[in-house]
Amino acid sequence: MKLEELRFGTELIKRGFASMQKGGVIMDVVNAEQAQLAEEAGAVAVMALERVPADIRAAGGVARMADPQKIVEIIDAVSIPVMGKARIGHFVEAQILEALGVDMVDESEVLTPADEQFHIDKAGFAVPFVCGARNLGEALRRINEGAAMIRTKGEAGTGNVVEAVRHMRAIMGGIRALKGLSSQELADCARDIEAPVELVIECAERGRLPVVNFSAGGIATPADAALMMQLGADGVFVGSGIFKSANPEATARAIVEAVNHYDDAKVVAEVSRGLGAAMKGLDVHLLREDEVLQTRGR
Amino acid sequence: MGVKVGVLALQGDVAEHVAAFREALAERPGSSVMAVRRPADLADLDALAIPGGESTTISRLIEKNGLYEPLVRFEGGIFATCAGMVLTADRVDDPRVRTLGLIPMHVARNAFGRQVDSREAMLEVAGLAEPFRAVFIRAPVATDVGSSVEVLARIPEGIVAVRHGRHMAFAFHPELGGDLRLHRMFLEGLGL
Repeated sequence: MKLEELRFGTELIKRGFASMQKGGVIMDVVNAEQAQLAEEAGAVAVMALERVPADIRAAGGVARMADPQKIVEIIDAVSIPVMGKARIGHFVEAQILEALGVDMVDESEVLTPADEQFHIDKAGFAVPFVCGARNLGEALRRINEGAAMIRTKGEAGTGNVVEAVRHMRAIMGGIRALKGLSSQELADCARDIEAPVELVIECAERGRLPVVNFSAGGIATPADAALMMQLGADGVFVGSGIFKSANPEATARAIVEAVNHYDDAKVVAEVSRGLGAAMKGLDVHLLREDEVLQTRGR
Repeated sequence: MGVKVGVLALQGDVAEHVAAFREALAERPGSSVMAVRRPADLADLDALAIPGGESTTISRLIEKNGLYEPLVRFEGGIFATCAGMVLTADRVDDPRVRTLGLIPMHVARNAFGRQVDSREAMLEVAGLAEPFRAVFIRAPVATDVGSSVEVLARIPEGIVAVRHGRHMAFAFHPELGGDLRLHRMFLEGLGL
């Protein structure tokens, strides 16, 4: 091996990391015990947080990156990748997460944005990033900034899948609408959705996003997870849905199996039996404008 | 005659493996590459790829789907990458993973550290005239192999490519990056 030819943090490595998560469930956890439960249940990664989104909503105030102590405790507890959330535009929180050894940074609307104009310049980091998106244009703007993975924003901490469905349909429908367009029409579309034309052309050619596309924001049951997979997600993030349910361990295992067998209703039915109450959930239409998280960042 | 390759499709970069084998077999009429999720899917396959992903997750799903014994008894060649390499070993440094014991070797998971330590490197591989651009992503290494195992490549951290009879295992990802020389070496080794 020629040591001088070692390369770290390339696009291939960052997007490759995201590819290894496909078909998997990434679970929000707030301590080492929850992280171990998630790993045991078959999670492909955990998101290390101070509070799950439902509790962030309830607490109010400014939501920031988790205490590094908490993140290190979770990193030390599991062998699967550990992700952490930084505020939109807060590149120093991202630098800290990278220095702590976090495997992927989520530049997340669940935390209070630090910059209302710019997202983090993610291409400059060795650690890969995942970012939320509500539609194709937003997804492609994040990829252009260096995101190695996209997830739907949904509406985090509600246990209500309706917004994740809306966003996944918008992204997948946006890609389908590119089919058969001429190069002139693709350029026009790129202007319309405010996305780089090269990325629009790449989506048109491949019939999918150039990076892995997960679903997040309101997934609470095995059926929700299988729904998002059938709508085209490569995998799912489950936030409050696991540790706000009546039986977190059984719910975690059931969601992993529902994602694995998302197109087999018999299996999804079987794993859904007797799980007890799912998280209570919120009606998204009753949220005040300042309580809606998905409109943070654009 | 066409070649039938399966890709274990429980979790991980399944689509990348399917695409790479499809390309490697593009000029072999009658060939097919299919996803394997159930024991019955293994019937009549010449070869099986075990993809990269999370070895703890894939191990759990192998058990859940009743695939453990069928995989141990599989008679074709196995092409395993990253998590796949961990699963083909007979010993691993982690009780959370139940390996298949197909290749006599001891593997260490995540031998490089965190994701920021993941790397691309130009690697000398036995049997290839030119170095291979190897992509290591939270990769394992083999720390010790049985005498019947042929070591194809090693780096300071340990052994990263092996051949054992009809099986090949890699700590890196030949399915990413578009270089199919190792896929061709594998198919030739099976006489396919």
